[in-house]
Amino acid sequence: MAKITYVDHEGTERVVEATNGESVMETAIKNSIPGIDADCGGACACATCHVYVDDAFMEKVGQPEDMEQSMLDFAENVQANSRLSCQISVSDDLDGLKVTTPESQH
Amino acid sequence: MDLSDAKRVVIIGGGQAAAQACASLRLFGYQGDITLIGEEPALPYQRPPLSKAYMKGELAEERLYFKPATWYEDQNIDTVLSVRATKIDRSAQTVALEHGGAVPYDALIIATGSRPRALPVAGADLSGVFDLRDLADVERIRPRMVAGRKLVIVGAGYIGLEAAAVARQLDLDVTVLEMEDRVLARVTSPIMSQFFADEHTRQGVEIRTGAKLAALKGADGKVTTAVLADGTELEADIVLVGIGILPNVELAEDAGIACSNGILTDEDARTNDPRVFAAGDCAARPLVHYGRKGRLESVHNAIEQGKLAAAAITGKPRPTLDCPWFWSDQYDLKLQIAGLSQGYDATVVRGDPEARKFAVFYLQNGKLIAVDAINSPPEFLASKKLIITGAHLAPETLSDTSQSMKEIAAAAV
Repeated sequence: MAKITYVDHEGTERVVEATNGESVMETAIKNSIPGIDADCGGACACATCHVYVDDAFMEKVGQPEDMEQSMLDFAENVQANSRLSCQISVSDDLDGLKVTTPESQH
Repeated sequence: MDLSDAKRVVIIGGGQAAAQACASLRLFGYQGDITLIGEEPALPYQRPPLSKAYMKGELAEERLYFKPATWYEDQNIDTVLSVRATKIDRSAQTVALEHGGAVPYDALIIATGSRPRALPVAGADLSGVFDLRDLADVERIRPRMVAGRKLVIVGAGYIGLEAAAVARQLDLDVTVLEMEDRVLARVTSPIMSQFFADEHTRQGVEIRTGAKLAALKGADGKVTTAVLADGTELEADIVLVGIGILPNVELAEDAGIACSNGILTDEDARTNDPRVFAAGDCAARPLVHYGRKGRLESVHNAIEQGKLAAAAITGKPRPTLDCPWFWSDQYDLKLQIAGLSQGYDATVVRGDPEARKFAVFYLQNGKLIAVDAINSPPEFLASKKLIITGAHLAPETLSDTSQSMKEIAAAAV
């Protein structure tokens, strides 16, 4: 189990319990976190689950693979800490993870 | 019609469009009753993985569901499952249920989806012959997907080819039958068809195009043989049927709602009855970037029309309409499709099919109308935007890999 904090673009924080093995995207959808659309359901096909990973967790979360990186290149307002949340798998290591959602996924 | 005082919204159907409508109604501030009437026993779940990761056993069932059961309770959404709606009475504004009773509505969303086209041959009812549409179908199919067994797939559309890829990865002996002279004939260009046929052949699938199934034969009620029109007999332990789907329009038609290959809707997903909306596979909608009406069988469409109906009911501005998009996973290939290629008069290949990373662009009078992108997200994502803006692009620009898609998109007019 890991606790994940989602911060929306206005700064409101929502803390939820996540299940190991599920993605940061799935955790958000099941908890009705606003700001993540995840249209394709986690197939890395749509680039609508873009988040910014808190700097403290960048190393633990790791680097995106090629497919994800090339999708991120087309996201709006992409930053060095941008990830697609469907590609981040929850584990105990990520307990305390904080991600920020962008204003829009489109 | 202003429905902003609606207190009772009823949704017929329990698929992706229905789930989206529920979520969007609440997101848009609707506080009244929501009743979701679904024929299947399951809460709304994702269908795309059924012929991909879920079929292969790589995804747990609970991960298919859009929302957990507690969400529907928390959101005060009444889910009536394993129940068929039998009649829409538009003057009484009620939906009748098969076991009796009727649910009243102020606004109704028809999201009845589609059903597999039935195999029109003798033996289609034998045990071991399956459609691939619902979770229940896959639950029956999966235990039979055992290495070494002989699987015959009828229809080389996306569902059939995705299932073929899963079956080969599970080491079944796979034959795909296609009546047309190429795979994916209805949905893509000859270049793409050839690419996928070659890939499946390389992976050990036997692709038989121009092959018409004449009958299925069995022993003790169980399928054993697929017989082709030319007399060829193929051994079959399992037969999967993927020959297209038909929209479930009967409830709407019986209620006098206008239909023409789908329930006809306007840009707000509204039918000719101002209190009644249609969303997802069952709806024939304006394809605003293409100047025609049509039915889309896709996740994008289910989501978008679910949102449109919810916005219209709650009086919110119409959400921005996206370019139609689709995807398919086969082996390590990710196909991403933007736009609708029907009516193209030129194709442009960018990249190298041999490298398993390339795209085919479809142009009509010089305007980009669609792209099929294999392992090439930039081509897909850039095209989604270019198609909406109606960009005209020169073939030699699109094929020039010394320019990135970002550069090409930035220079497009």
